[in-house]
Amino acid sequence: MLRYIIRRLIQTLPILLAVAAVVFLLFSVIPGTFASSLADDGKAVMDAEIMERMNKQFGLADPLHVRFANFVVNLVQLDLGTSFRTRQPVAHMLLERMWPSFQLAFAAMAIAILIGVPLGFVAAMKPGSLIDTSSIILAVSGLSLPKFWLGLLLMYLFALKLSWLPSFGYGDGHPKYLILPAIALGVSPLALLARTTRAAVLEILNADFVRTARSKGMSEAKVVRWHLARNALVIVLTTVGLQFGSVIGQAVVVEKLFAWPGLGSLLVESVSLRDIPVVQGCILMIVLFFLVINLLVDVICAMIDPRIKYS
Amino acid sequence: MFKKFTLAAALTFAVFSAEAQTPRYGGTIRYTAPYGTSFGGMDVHLSNRTQDELWARAIHRTLYYWDATANKAVLDLGTSVAVSGDGFVHTIKLRDDAFFHHGRKMTADDILYTFTRLMDGKKAYPGARWVRRIKGAIEVEKGEAKTISGLRKIDDFTVEMTMTERSDPGFAFMNITTAIYPADEADKESFASKPIGLGPFKFVEYVPGSRLVAEKYDRFHIKGKPYADRFVISIMGEASARDVAFRNKEIDVSILGPAQYVAYQADPNLSKNLLEVAEVFTRNMGMNLTYKPFTDKRVRQAINHAIDSELIIKRLARDKAYRAVGWLPLTSPAFDKDMKPYAFDPDRAKKLLVEAGYPDGFEFEWTASPNESWGVPIVEAVIPMLARVGIKVKIKPVEGTVLAEVARKGDFQAYIWSNTTGPDPLAVMQCYHSKTPQSACNYTLYKNEAVDKLLDEAAATSDMGKRNDLVKQANRIVFDDAPVWFFNYNKAVMAYQPWVKGLKPNATELTVQMYEDIWIDASSPAAK
Repeated sequence: MLRYIIRRLIQTLPILLAVAAVVFLLFSVIPGTFASSLADDGKAVMDAEIMERMNKQFGLADPLHVRFANFVVNLVQLDLGTSFRTRQPVAHMLLERMWPSFQLAFAAMAIAILIGVPLGFVAAMKPGSLIDTSSIILAVSGLSLPKFWLGLLLMYLFALKLSWLPSFGYGDGHPKYLILPAIALGVSPLALLARTTRAAVLEILNADFVRTARSKGMSEAKVVRWHLARNALVIVLTTVGLQFGSVIGQAVVVEKLFAWPGLGSLLVESVSLRDIPVVQGCILMIVLFFLVINLLVDVICAMIDPRIKYS
Repeated sequence: MFKKFTLAAALTFAVFSAEAQTPRYGGTIRYTAPYGTSFGGMDVHLSNRTQDELWARAIHRTLYYWDATANKAVLDLGTSVAVSGDGFVHTIKLRDDAFFHHGRKMTADDILYTFTRLMDGKKAYPGARWVRRIKGAIEVEKGEAKTISGLRKIDDFTVEMTMTERSDPGFAFMNITTAIYPADEADKESFASKPIGLGPFKFVEYVPGSRLVAEKYDRFHIKGKPYADRFVISIMGEASARDVAFRNKEIDVSILGPAQYVAYQADPNLSKNLLEVAEVFTRNMGMNLTYKPFTDKRVRQAINHAIDSELIIKRLARDKAYRAVGWLPLTSPAFDKDMKPYAFDPDRAKKLLVEAGYPDGFEFEWTASPNESWGVPIVEAVIPMLARVGIKVKIKPVEGTVLAEVARKGDFQAYIWSNTTGPDPLAVMQCYHSKTPQSACNYTLYKNEAVDKLLDEAAATSDMGKRNDLVKQANRIVFDDAPVWFFNYNKAVMAYQPWVKGLKPNATELTVQMYEDIWIDASSPAAK
């Protein structure tokens, strides 16, 4: 197993390098620089000479191949560079934003898993029932509701009308600040998980081995525990892994709405400010998180289902 | 008897009113930073963005500050300034009661240190553009000198500045990018995360992307201030979220966009606490004067006549703007109140186009960002108006960052933007001097010898009244030459909670307030 994990981790390196190269090249061809972003709102007139000095200081005046070579050399040494904006190490900035991002992602996925999976399971066990119909309506609504709109609705209801929760911010890190953004972010994966779980369970319910187990007189509880849950769990876990990885990237809208200091909002602002080292760092971090979570899921799946080999 | 009763009642009311307006000490100011999702770090010398000025004004002080009531730059860290007969040398007597947050008294060495730091050419600090106005600063920037020759310490509390032009140094050194740093602390690594300044509040913590907290500084140089015990500024880039938080009484102020302005005006409670000011930003469509149809003044005037600016201001900007009657805005010291806007007159526009040799009109490409007040939505409203006189428009949508780049490089036929037009009227009008490069701010490549002459004369005089008259004359000529479509001046609107007192209509940027003047009455949820 350890060899498998190490091999998978090594396999992530070329993916990370490829992503880094694509981001680097993309930001080398799109117009606009950090210096010009300082005058984008027309409020500040930027001195042309200072802008040139900035470009020189950040190495933007060098030819593309020189910049790319410097970038790769630094990356290999795990140096993500220095932010154009704050002039602080990018790694330091990412560390500051990582914890709130992970908090939000884990909370959103916890909501999605704790509600979505049981809901899908129960719906599949009682097809055509009220719970089943409700779960389908919930799933369709959850997937189609814009996060921004849902977030505003939650703010309006739970902060403004009921005064139960704060409407924005990270505060002092108290969990009450996390609840609304986590719900806004978690509803979409919740809906997807409910749908996936329902479909997986329904498929397994009609499988030959379940029918055989029942005909041999196995109790329903044992059928569910030994055959249904274990087989459905592999499919559900794979979906969880994919969703887990992508919620960090999807969190941008929610982070901005709730003034949540995560990686997503940092990424978006850095793109508009052309703070290229930070953009690269954020994307690499999100990709790495996605890969690691999916590796973990693969390992857990293999532990649950002995048919999956570490190969 | 009735008269006596009325008099007594009036006196009682006056006494209570006076008491009601007596500043209260304590409480927390819960401010918002609405222009983004983060701050650019804790070294404000690195950022000229308003978003960063909002936190920095709590922690730092500049040599001068903008007095929003008097509408002029006044000395803050000095007690007096003597100007030489030729208007170039300014001798500033510094305060001897200004203390940095680590307890040390500010001296002339800190001024020299700060301005020399800003001229470090390798660092490319945005504030260098202001310090360059001191003689010998450019040499430091180029690495040819270590000290600024025009900046001299006379004694611990006196500095002498020799300027390269006869401009008021207040306009330059009120900018937050020139905030005075403590010479013994600013080079330490810790300074970039725990700033030390001369401001009314002392840094406590910064949660990146979320908020900054500061507490009252007891040794602040203005006695009896600040009033509040704490200052918390939350980063809230999303207008809808700010609206909910404001209505939920979680924040004390909120800057409003056009749609919210209408909603707040319609609300009997919220409409009571709206602070409005004509900010020094002029929204305009710049025309590339080297592009063939725009080389002709009549074409440019035709465009100004063809667009119903009033209608756009009413319907799209929801009256959150003032009609532009020239480049200099209402709150500029050189605003010309006798000027009238271009009349909406499509027939006159058609006639001018015929005279210019474009009876069938022409087509041009209009570069615009997505901004709701001066971007694509405005262009879309203008298109049918220009079509009526035969002018076709092709929109080129770009990001704000790209807009700044294309304007600087002249890579456009026309653009729509909002440009700073204050507070220094001469500096603003210099953007129309033919010697000002396009990369600086002469984006349209405007050139008129009469304007050059007037601006040169204005720069040569120390008499501010005469200077403003000359600038006004230049403004009139530019208005007639119409290198831009003069659209509007921004009306900034800030909603504030009823318990917030001491806010001022700052025309340079409404959100930038002198926090030491703000006090919170007992009805605030954060009054304690």
